[in-house]
Amino acid sequence: MVQYGENQNMLKFIIKRLAVAVPTLLVLITISFFLMQAAPGSPFTGEQNLPPEILKNIEAKYNLDKPLWQQYLYYLRDLSKGDLGPSFKYRDYTVNDLLEQSFPVSLKIGAVAFIVTVVLGISIGTFAALKQNTFLDYFVMALAMAGIVLPSFVIAPLLVLVFSIMLQWLPAGGWNGGRWEFMVLPVAAMAIMYMASIARIQRGSMIEVLNSDYIRTARAKGLPWRVIIMRHALRPSLLPVISYLGPAFVGIITGSVVVETVFGLPGIGQHFVNGALNRDYSLVLGLTIIIGALTILFNAVVDILYAVIDPTICYQ
Amino acid sequence: MTVTPDADKKAAVQNFAQGLDIEGRSLWVDVRARFLRNRAAVTSLIMLAIIGVLVIVGPMLSPHEFDAINWGYMTGAPNWENSHWFGTDTLGRDLFVRTLMGGRISFMVGIMGALVAVLIGTLYGTTSGYVGGRLDSFMMRILEILQSFPFMFLVILMVTLFGRSIMLIFIAIGAVSWLDMARIVRGQTISLKGREFIEAARVSGTRPFAIIKRHIIPNVLGIVVVYASLLVPGMILFESFLSFLGLGVQEPMTSWGALVNEGAQSMEVAVWQLAFPAAFLVITLFCFNYVGDGLRDALDPKDR
Repeated sequence: MVQYGENQNMLKFIIKRLAVAVPTLLVLITISFFLMQAAPGSPFTGEQNLPPEILKNIEAKYNLDKPLWQQYLYYLRDLSKGDLGPSFKYRDYTVNDLLEQSFPVSLKIGAVAFIVTVVLGISIGTFAALKQNTFLDYFVMALAMAGIVLPSFVIAPLLVLVFSIMLQWLPAGGWNGGRWEFMVLPVAAMAIMYMASIARIQRGSMIEVLNSDYIRTARAKGLPWRVIIMRHALRPSLLPVISYLGPAFVGIITGSVVVETVFGLPGIGQHFVNGALNRDYSLVLGLTIIIGALTILFNAVVDILYAVIDPTICYQ
Repeated sequence: MTVTPDADKKAAVQNFAQGLDIEGRSLWVDVRARFLRNRAAVTSLIMLAIIGVLVIVGPMLSPHEFDAINWGYMTGAPNWENSHWFGTDTLGRDLFVRTLMGGRISFMVGIMGALVAVLIGTLYGTTSGYVGGRLDSFMMRILEILQSFPFMFLVILMVTLFGRSIMLIFIAIGAVSWLDMARIVRGQTISLKGREFIEAARVSGTRPFAIIKRHIIPNVLGIVVVYASLLVPGMILFESFLSFLGLGVQEPMTSWGALVNEGAQSMEVAVWQLAFPAAFLVITLFCFNYVGDGLRDALDPKDR
């Protein structure tokens, strides 16, 4: 009976959380769309002025001659069908075409980087907490501090300088269908900074948990350390890390733009930068919405995960 | 039995008390003492002061202009004789002056961003926290919505639409920086709201805005200062990130992010072009982090 009540609360919480995500996404789309409208000039004001008739035809083709609210509704309608419209610069491609080519690359590298960040960050932090105040602990934490002040756009060139140019162990860039040796440096460049932050957070919370009474009880009844850590300490110590996963996710996505530029990877980051430099409105708008949707969804998932580990959150 | 201390004992106690020379110690005196005891933080503060002075007066010490091209010394190594102390970039511009000019932009962006965050964040947070109720939950909902945006991408979208300019960076940084500040200030305000001195002010008929101004804001100032000092490196990173991608400051002006980008492209032949700007950026970020940590420990010694 109690179990049933808890489940219901959890369900309510999940529904409530997802209900917030939808208007958030809508606000993002609306802000982005109207920002685009407020921009000076149209994407077709180029170096050579088009004859007015042709301009009119083009505008009719892209629905730019309709009133604003109608354009907005058109955009929403297309968006709900998953159609992000044509790219204004790469004339023969739609934004969807460009995404289809580039998204898998970014997804693969981002997912690997994220998993590496979380798993290694938590392990390093736990390890440092267990060996508290030893040389190892200080070393790991100094490394973590260095990771925090070395942004991805400094780390990425440094990694290339050391491992590609000086040692010549790994390629300096390129993708080659995602062979592992081409992924090592980009993943490292994306992961180091957030791995360091997670390690610091995990170390702090693990130390706190290890000092609590129930851990003392567990030790007193003679449980081996491994069991204490895995069964009793790890789960509560993960809470601060989980609430940090959202920012880490955003940071890794953002860092991927730099990393893809430095290593010349054909992902969405490059389209983003080139789109911004070329003022390719629809491409950048489409990418912003995709990334925004991913972020919002991810944040919702993180909150739900948090509630699963710490069910008291549902009652607030 | 009554204890009646004789006169000379009484006098002796009074003399002793006067001799103790007890001074009222304000919070800030305590904070300063605790901060000065933290060696890493003080060293960082001195380093920052040095970098700050260098950034302001350094470009005047060099005979070179930041945008002047030395046609005879392109990609030149650091050299004392022609006073290219940090060498030159691929276009033959003096890297010492350019690094420091970039530093000006970085410091300006960092401090401006922190100021905007302090202003908007404090106002928003105190209002939301003090008024409470419906308004509070509405304002917090807005904050939640804004916070789940990937802001860097919205900024890039803005750069796409409105072109590249330093003003846009300021606006963008202002837009992002205050969110966390507002949340922290709100939390502090709510915990202050129930305290007796606020109730006393309310009972004596002080208007809400006056209470916020006279009683709430001075009391949240500590945490605001700490958080602002931790925000500065974040803002510097933000600008450097945009400039690295070529979406920030525009030539011939420069910033550390832009210089790191240029340096990364020529690091195989001219490692100093990457090393100097990167070193300045990293040392500055490092010092700001330590100063912020030191301030936090000094203001809140139990939270360690």
